[in-house]
Amino acid sequence: MTDEPAAIVELRGVNKWFGDFHVLRDVNLTVGRGEKVVICGPSGSGKSTVIRCINRLEEHQEGDIIVEGTLLTPDVRKIEAVRRKVGMVFQTFNLFPHLSVMENLTVGPVLAQRVPEAEAEARAMELLARVRIPEQAKKYPGQLSGGQQQRVAIARALMLRPKVMLFDEPTSALDPEMINEVLDVMFELAGAGMTMICVTHEMGFARKVADLVVFMDAGEIVEAAPPEAFFAAPQNERTKLFLSQILH
Amino acid sequence: MTPRRSVSAAIPGSAAPRPAPASASSTGLWLRRNLIGSVQNTILTLLALWALFVTLPNIIDWAILSAVWHNPDSQACRDAAGACWAVVAEKHRVMLFGTFPYDQHWRAVAVIVIVVGMAILSAFRRFWSYRLFAAWLAATAVIFILLLGGIFGLTPVGTHQWGGLPLTLVLFAGTVVGGLPAGVLLALGRRSSMPAIRAVCTGFIEIVRGLPLITVLFMASLMVPLFLPEGVSIDKFLRAQIAMTGFFAAYAAEVVRGGLQAIPRGQYEAADAIGLGFWQATGRIVLPQALRIVLPALMNEIIRAFKNTTFVSIVGLFDVLRATSTALQDPLWGRFAIEAYLFIFALYFVFCFSMSAYSRHVERDLAEGRNL
Repeated sequence: MTDEPAAIVELRGVNKWFGDFHVLRDVNLTVGRGEKVVICGPSGSGKSTVIRCINRLEEHQEGDIIVEGTLLTPDVRKIEAVRRKVGMVFQTFNLFPHLSVMENLTVGPVLAQRVPEAEAEARAMELLARVRIPEQAKKYPGQLSGGQQQRVAIARALMLRPKVMLFDEPTSALDPEMINEVLDVMFELAGAGMTMICVTHEMGFARKVADLVVFMDAGEIVEAAPPEAFFAAPQNERTKLFLSQILH
Repeated sequence: MTPRRSVSAAIPGSAAPRPAPASASSTGLWLRRNLIGSVQNTILTLLALWALFVTLPNIIDWAILSAVWHNPDSQACRDAAGACWAVVAEKHRVMLFGTFPYDQHWRAVAVIVIVVGMAILSAFRRFWSYRLFAAWLAATAVIFILLLGGIFGLTPVGTHQWGGLPLTLVLFAGTVVGGLPAGVLLALGRRSSMPAIRAVCTGFIEIVRGLPLITVLFMASLMVPLFLPEGVSIDKFLRAQIAMTGFFAAYAAEVVRGGLQAIPRGQYEAADAIGLGFWQATGRIVLPQALRIVLPALMNEIIRAFKNTTFVSIVGLFDVLRATSTALQDPLWGRFAIEAYLFIFALYFVFCFSMSAYSRHVERDLAEGRNL
């Protein structure tokens, strides 16, 4: 097809400390273009920290993080270059409450990439239709349900035409009846060939779309396998214990 | 063992929605409950009514019935038993415009109209944008042209001749228009990750907050000239304006900083994640939210800034209060100071009360979670 490298995100020997606390221990992870990786693990295992390092919301101290050929360094231009390629969806949505849904979507491209306003709005309407809430464009985030807000957040992340989407527990703050409307959007995105790295406890999602399931505990990757093998025959005791606790 | 039987039970509802029961909060009921609801309340109500009965007729008689409203001769006031409002009619030009040249007073009136008009415009949320700030800068230019003159065929008027309400309003507007952005920058600087900037901003804020306004004004007007090279002098009005602006900026900075701290980290992270730079995120995401949160507290500082303009009289500027006391040095009218001051108090009250009423209005909207 093309001569683009097969791997789009690479973490090599990444280490990070919060003060004296060793929060990421020698993390090695490769994500192939168009592939989906689900990261799971108990709380405090460092799984959110891993994906927050990928777009530099957190700084790692050792090791290399390479996003589509760009090596992350403290250089602001490198950080901006990586953030342009990476979309992020947060557990708590983090929509801008003082801006309308439309403005939430257009503010990034218009300010950061100088996209003309009309063009940004057209793209925003397209994406709102894709996440199935085109009728909410004029509303403010506070007027939407949690599921709708998270779908707006996904659309906002897609506005920059990212190559990789990071999901940090996107359904954990939602009421049970709203989880599926967000998962549906994520399924659709996966089907369209987006590269996705998801921190989630939605094991059904992992089973259906993941190319690789990664289990983290205490800051290190304990086990990584395709979903069939991961769920059917986990190797490590810690993985077995975790799975027995979350799968009823 | 008997089979387990629970007491808990629930009955599925079947009632259709109906209107809420009639509210028990009619005015009549409130009056009965609060004014004569108990023996103590009844005694207090009677005492209050008696106090009103004793004082109110005297006040009405003095202020209205026996008052002299319009008489260019102060003798009529001396003969009358009531208030002498004629002092206001007679002296209002000096009280309102101080030493501003008499035949140029229309310019002073125009300045008052511009400042009040811009203030009213600023109250409407639909005008809230960086354009409003630009409009204020333009208005400032027009105001200075009007007051200083010297171009467009206007007679030049030195700042030492400025006085009265225009001086008060220009000082006030200058303080807020200059001090608010300065305060925002100080607040951002105090949270900066760069130690030098943080130290400078923190130092400025803490020093200014540690001094009374009067000392800041004295320093600006007496000490600053000592530090300047010989022959260089900064205008007295400008020195007072700088001192007032710096003083306001320090307090505004602390208020704004409180608002910045209230913005959740997720907002900064989301702005980072969509690629906004520091100033873009600050200007479009963080500040608009922070300023909305602190608007009521900021209004408080703004009202205080208005009242603080009276302090400039100690460095020899003729604000409206000082202009009034000067007007009362006329031996014919000096004994009617109370009436003149009451008029000025009413003037201050109208300005401050409108601002505080507006602030309460905004606060109510904020409490209802409405988007400003």
